[in-house]
Amino acid sequence: MNRHQRQSTAARPLQLAGLLLVLLVSWMLWSGIYKPLLLWLGLFSCLLSMWLAHRMGFFRHAMPLRAMLRLPAHWCWLLSEIIKSSLEVARVVLSPSLPVSPCVIELTTTETTDVGKVILGNSITLSPGTVTIDMHENRLLVHCLTRQSAEQLQELEVQRRTALLKIA
Amino acid sequence: MSELVFDLLSWVLLCLGGGFVLIGGIGALRLPGFYTRLHAASLTDTMATILIFSGIMLQAGFSLAALKLLAIMLFLLLTGPTASYALANAALQSGLRPEAEWVGDKHGGDAS
Repeated sequence: MNRHQRQSTAARPLQLAGLLLVLLVSWMLWSGIYKPLLLWLGLFSCLLSMWLAHRMGFFRHAMPLRAMLRLPAHWCWLLSEIIKSSLEVARVVLSPSLPVSPCVIELTTTETTDVGKVILGNSITLSPGTVTIDMHENRLLVHCLTRQSAEQLQELEVQRRTALLKIA
Repeated sequence: MSELVFDLLSWVLLCLGGGFVLIGGIGALRLPGFYTRLHAASLTDTMATILIFSGIMLQAGFSLAALKLLAIMLFLLLTGPTASYALANAALQSGLRPEAEWVGDKHGGDAS
Protein backbone atom coordinates (compact mmCIF):
# COMPACT_ATOMS: atom_id res chain seq x y z
CA MET A 1 0.00 0.00 0.00
CA ASN A 2 3.00 2.34 0.21
CA ARG A 3 2.44 3.20 -3.45
CA HIS A 4 -0.86 4.82 -2.58
CA GLN A 5 0.75 6.81 0.18
CA ARG A 6 3.37 8.15 -2.18
CA GLN A 7 0.75 9.26 -4.72
CA SER A 8 -1.35 11.72 -2.76
CA THR A 9 -4.68 10.26 -1.75
CA ALA A 10 -6.58 13.55 -1.64
CA ALA A 11 -7.65 15.03 -4.96
CA ARG A 12 -5.85 18.27 -5.70
CA PRO A 13 -7.99 21.27 -6.72
CA LEU A 14 -6.15 21.56 -10.05
CA GLN A 15 -6.99 17.94 -10.92
CA LEU A 16 -10.65 18.49 -10.05
CA ALA A 17 -10.83 21.70 -12.12
CA GLY A 18 -9.04 20.04 -15.05
CA LEU A 19 -11.41 17.08 -15.15
CA LEU A 20 -14.45 19.35 -14.83
CA LEU A 21 -13.21 21.49 -17.73
CA VAL A 22 -12.60 18.46 -19.97
CA LEU A 23 -16.04 17.03 -19.14
CA LEU A 24 -17.84 20.34 -19.71
CA VAL A 25 -16.09 21.00 -23.05
CA SER A 26 -16.83 17.47 -24.29
CA TRP A 27 -20.51 17.82 -23.27
CA MET A 28 -20.79 21.11 -25.18
CA LEU A 29 -19.11 19.63 -28.29
CA TRP A 30 -21.04 16.37 -28.17
CA SER A 31 -24.52 17.77 -27.61
CA GLY A 32 -24.30 20.85 -29.85
CA ILE A 33 -27.62 22.14 -28.46
CA TYR A 34 -27.27 25.15 -26.18
CA LYS A 35 -30.69 25.41 -24.45
CA PRO A 36 -30.71 26.18 -20.70
CA LEU A 37 -32.31 22.85 -19.78
CA LEU A 38 -29.64 20.83 -21.61
CA LEU A 39 -26.82 22.97 -20.20
CA TRP A 40 -28.09 22.36 -16.64
CA LEU A 41 -28.42 18.63 -17.36
CA GLY A 42 -24.86 18.73 -18.71
CA LEU A 43 -23.53 20.39 -15.58
CA PHE A 44 -25.38 17.84 -13.46
CA SER A 45 -23.94 14.86 -15.36
CA CYS A 46 -20.43 16.34 -15.29
CA LEU A 47 -20.61 16.69 -11.50
CA LEU A 48 -22.09 13.18 -11.20
CA SER A 49 -19.24 11.79 -13.34
CA MET A 50 -16.70 13.56 -11.16
CA TRP A 51 -18.21 12.09 -8.01
CA LEU A 52 -18.16 8.61 -9.56
CA ALA A 53 -14.55 9.10 -10.74
CA HIS A 54 -13.56 10.13 -7.21
CA ARG A 55 -15.30 7.07 -5.76
CA MET A 56 -13.46 4.81 -8.24
CA GLY A 57 -10.10 6.21 -7.15
CA PHE A 58 -9.52 8.08 -10.42
CA PHE A 59 -7.54 10.84 -8.74
CA ARG A 60 -5.34 8.37 -6.87
CA HIS A 61 -4.26 6.82 -10.19
CA ALA A 62 -4.22 10.06 -12.19
CA MET A 63 -1.59 10.36 -14.88
CA PRO A 64 0.68 13.42 -14.92
CA LEU A 65 -0.13 15.85 -17.74
CA ARG A 66 3.46 15.72 -19.04
CA ALA A 67 3.14 11.96 -19.57
CA MET A 68 -0.24 12.43 -21.24
CA LEU A 69 1.34 14.79 -23.79
CA ARG A 70 3.79 12.02 -24.72
CA LEU A 71 0.90 9.61 -25.46
CA PRO A 72 0.30 10.58 -29.15
CA ALA A 73 3.89 9.60 -30.04
CA HIS A 74 3.32 6.25 -28.30
CA TRP A 75 0.09 5.77 -30.28
CA CYS A 76 1.87 6.44 -33.59
CA TRP A 77 4.45 3.77 -32.81
CA LEU A 78 1.67 1.43 -31.66
CA LEU A 79 -0.20 1.98 -34.94
CA SER A 80 2.76 0.76 -36.99
CA GLU A 81 3.06 -2.28 -34.69
CA ILE A 82 -0.68 -3.00 -35.06
CA ILE A 83 -0.47 -2.89 -38.87
CA LYS A 84 2.56 -5.20 -38.95
CA SER A 85 1.16 -7.78 -36.56
CA SER A 86 -2.35 -7.65 -38.10
CA LEU A 87 -0.94 -8.66 -41.47
CA GLU A 88 0.99 -11.46 -39.75
CA VAL A 89 -2.11 -12.79 -37.94
CA ALA A 90 -4.19 -12.50 -41.15
CA ARG A 91 -1.54 -14.53 -42.98
CA VAL A 92 -1.62 -17.24 -40.28
CA VAL A 93 -5.44 -17.38 -40.27
CA LEU A 94 -5.72 -17.61 -44.05
CA SER A 95 -2.93 -20.10 -44.76
CA PRO A 96 -4.37 -23.59 -45.38
CA SER A 97 -1.99 -25.35 -42.98
CA LEU A 98 -2.91 -22.97 -40.09
CA PRO A 99 0.67 -22.56 -38.76
CA VAL A 100 -0.07 -21.66 -35.13
CA SER A 101 2.41 -22.40 -32.35
CA PRO A 102 0.69 -20.97 -29.25
CA CYS A 103 2.92 -20.17 -26.32
CA VAL A 104 2.67 -18.35 -23.01
CA ILE A 105 5.45 -16.00 -22.01
CA GLU A 106 6.08 -14.42 -18.63
CA LEU A 107 7.45 -10.90 -18.72
CA THR A 108 8.62 -8.68 -15.90
CA THR A 109 8.01 -4.98 -15.89
CA THR A 110 9.81 -2.08 -14.27
CA GLU A 111 6.66 0.09 -14.30
CA THR A 112 5.89 1.07 -10.71
CA THR A 113 2.52 2.80 -11.16
CA ASP A 114 -0.80 1.13 -11.92
CA VAL A 115 -1.32 3.44 -14.91
CA GLY A 116 2.03 2.39 -16.39
CA LYS A 117 1.16 -1.29 -16.00
CA VAL A 118 -2.26 -0.78 -17.60
CA ILE A 119 -0.71 1.03 -20.58
CA LEU A 120 1.90 -1.69 -20.99
CA GLY A 121 -0.66 -4.51 -20.78
CA ASN A 122 -3.08 -2.79 -23.14
CA SER A 123 -0.30 -1.99 -25.63
CA ILE A 124 0.57 -5.69 -25.75
CA THR A 125 -3.08 -6.73 -26.14
CA LEU A 126 -3.76 -4.13 -28.86
CA SER A 127 -1.26 -5.63 -31.28
CA PRO A 128 -2.94 -8.75 -32.69
CA GLY A 129 -1.15 -12.02 -31.94
CA THR A 130 -0.39 -11.20 -28.31
CA VAL A 131 -2.89 -10.98 -25.43
CA THR A 132 -2.09 -10.14 -21.81
CA ILE A 133 -3.94 -12.77 -19.78
CA ASP A 134 -2.69 -12.08 -16.26
CA MET A 135 -0.90 -9.38 -14.34
CA HIS A 136 0.33 -9.72 -10.79
CA GLU A 137 2.72 -7.37 -9.01
CA ASN A 138 5.39 -6.88 -11.72
CA ARG A 139 4.83 -10.13 -13.64
CA LEU A 140 2.84 -10.22 -16.86
CA LEU A 141 1.52 -13.39 -18.48
CA VAL A 142 1.16 -13.01 -22.25
CA HIS A 143 -0.42 -15.54 -24.60
CA CYS A 144 1.08 -15.49 -28.11
CA LEU A 145 -0.38 -16.97 -31.28
CA THR A 146 2.98 -17.91 -32.75
CA ARG A 147 6.45 -18.59 -31.40
CA GLN A 148 7.68 -15.72 -33.56
CA SER A 149 5.50 -13.12 -31.82
CA ALA A 150 6.77 -14.33 -28.45
CA GLU A 151 10.35 -13.86 -29.63
CA GLN A 152 9.48 -10.32 -30.70
CA LEU A 153 8.13 -9.64 -27.19
CA GLN A 154 11.40 -10.88 -25.69
CA GLU A 155 13.18 -8.02 -27.40
CA LEU A 156 11.40 -5.78 -24.83
CA GLU A 157 10.56 -3.06 -27.36
CA VAL A 158 7.09 -2.50 -25.80
CA GLN A 159 8.58 -2.06 -22.33
CA ARG A 160 11.13 0.42 -23.66
CA ARG A 161 8.45 2.44 -25.44
CA THR A 162 6.19 2.47 -22.38
CA ALA A 163 9.09 3.50 -20.18
CA LEU A 164 9.65 6.48 -22.50
CA LEU A 165 6.30 7.88 -21.27
CA LYS A 166 7.89 8.40 -17.81
CA ILE A 167 4.62 8.04 -15.92
CA ALA A 168 6.17 7.53 -12.50
CA MET B 1 -10.74 16.31 -58.00
CA SER B 2 -9.50 16.06 -54.43
CA GLU B 3 -13.01 15.00 -53.43
CA LEU B 4 -12.74 12.01 -55.73
CA VAL B 5 -9.36 11.08 -54.24
CA PHE B 6 -10.75 11.27 -50.68
CA ASP B 7 -13.78 9.23 -51.73
CA LEU B 8 -11.63 6.54 -53.30
CA LEU B 9 -9.27 6.44 -50.33
CA SER B 10 -12.13 6.18 -47.85
CA TRP B 11 -13.71 3.33 -49.82
CA VAL B 12 -10.39 1.49 -49.94
CA LEU B 13 -10.11 1.87 -46.14
CA LEU B 14 -13.71 0.75 -45.57
CA CYS B 15 -13.29 -2.32 -47.81
CA LEU B 16 -10.00 -3.26 -46.15
CA GLY B 17 -11.71 -2.89 -42.75
CA GLY B 18 -14.55 -5.14 -43.90
CA GLY B 19 -11.97 -7.64 -45.13
CA PHE B 20 -10.28 -7.69 -41.71
CA VAL B 21 -13.65 -8.25 -39.99
CA LEU B 22 -14.18 -11.23 -42.33
CA ILE B 23 -10.66 -12.60 -41.68
CA GLY B 24 -11.24 -12.21 -37.92
CA GLY B 25 -14.49 -14.16 -38.25
CA ILE B 26 -12.79 -16.91 -40.27
CA GLY B 27 -10.01 -17.01 -37.68
CA ALA B 28 -12.47 -17.35 -34.79
CA LEU B 29 -13.93 -20.39 -36.57
CA ARG B 30 -10.68 -22.00 -37.73
CA LEU B 31 -8.31 -21.51 -34.82
CA PRO B 32 -8.21 -24.18 -32.09
CA GLY B 33 -8.86 -23.44 -28.42
CA PHE B 34 -10.16 -20.45 -26.46
CA TYR B 35 -7.01 -18.35 -26.17
CA THR B 36 -6.00 -18.62 -29.83
CA ARG B 37 -9.52 -17.60 -30.90
CA LEU B 38 -9.10 -14.49 -28.80
CA HIS B 39 -6.31 -13.42 -31.18
CA ALA B 40 -8.69 -13.55 -34.14
CA ALA B 41 -11.15 -11.40 -32.18
CA SER B 42 -8.40 -8.85 -31.50
CA LEU B 43 -7.91 -8.58 -35.28
CA THR B 44 -11.45 -7.22 -35.68
CA ASP B 45 -11.11 -5.30 -32.41
CA THR B 46 -8.15 -3.15 -33.43
CA MET B 47 -7.21 -3.27 -37.11
CA ALA B 48 -10.78 -3.31 -38.46
CA THR B 49 -11.83 -0.57 -36.01
CA ILE B 50 -9.01 1.70 -37.12
CA LEU B 51 -9.60 1.10 -40.85
CA ILE B 52 -13.39 1.48 -40.77
CA PHE B 53 -13.32 4.59 -38.57
CA SER B 54 -10.63 6.24 -40.73
CA GLY B 55 -12.81 5.48 -43.74
CA ILE B 56 -15.92 7.07 -42.19
CA MET B 57 -13.85 10.04 -40.98
CA LEU B 58 -12.73 10.72 -44.56
CA GLN B 59 -16.38 10.57 -45.63
CA ALA B 60 -17.34 13.05 -42.89
CA GLY B 61 -14.65 15.49 -44.02
CA PHE B 62 -13.09 18.14 -41.80
CA SER B 63 -15.98 18.68 -39.37
CA LEU B 64 -17.19 18.16 -35.83
CA ALA B 65 -18.54 14.75 -36.88
CA ALA B 66 -14.99 13.65 -37.73
CA LEU B 67 -13.81 14.74 -34.26
CA LYS B 68 -16.61 12.74 -32.64
CA LEU B 69 -15.71 9.71 -34.76
CA LEU B 70 -12.07 10.04 -33.70
CA ALA B 71 -13.18 10.14 -30.05
CA ILE B 72 -15.35 7.03 -30.51
CA MET B 73 -12.40 5.25 -32.16
CA LEU B 74 -10.09 6.14 -29.27
CA PHE B 75 -12.67 4.95 -26.70
CA LEU B 76 -13.06 1.65 -28.54
CA LEU B 77 -9.29 1.19 -28.74
CA LEU B 78 -8.95 1.91 -25.01
CA THR B 79 -11.81 -0.33 -23.86
CA GLY B 80 -11.25 -3.18 -26.36
CA PRO B 81 -8.04 -4.56 -24.85
CA THR B 82 -9.44 -4.07 -21.34
CA ALA B 83 -12.42 -6.26 -22.26
CA SER B 84 -10.07 -8.84 -23.85
CA TYR B 85 -8.01 -8.89 -20.66
CA ALA B 86 -11.14 -9.32 -18.51
CA LEU B 87 -12.29 -12.23 -20.69
CA ALA B 88 -8.89 -13.95 -20.80
CA ASN B 89 -8.22 -13.42 -17.11
CA ALA B 90 -11.68 -14.76 -16.17
CA ALA B 91 -10.93 -17.90 -18.19
CA LEU B 92 -7.53 -18.25 -16.52
CA GLN B 93 -8.92 -17.70 -13.00
CA SER B 94 -11.62 -20.32 -13.52
CA GLY B 95 -8.95 -22.87 -14.33
CA LEU B 96 -8.72 -23.04 -18.14
CA ARG B 97 -5.02 -23.72 -18.72
CA PRO B 98 -3.75 -22.55 -22.12
CA GLU B 99 -2.59 -25.45 -24.26
CA ALA B 100 0.66 -23.75 -25.02
CA GLU B 101 4.38 -23.91 -24.59
CA TRP B 102 5.72 -21.90 -21.64
CA VAL B 103 8.53 -19.54 -22.48
CA GLY B 104 10.59 -17.66 -19.89
CA ASP B 105 11.83 -14.10 -19.98
CA LYS B 106 15.42 -14.49 -21.12
CA HIS B 107 16.45 -10.92 -20.40
CA GLY B 108 15.31 -11.03 -16.79
CA GLY B 109 13.04 -8.03 -17.32
CA ASP B 110 15.66 -5.31 -17.50
CA ALA B 111 13.89 -2.75 -19.66
CA SER B 112 16.55 -0.06 -19.61
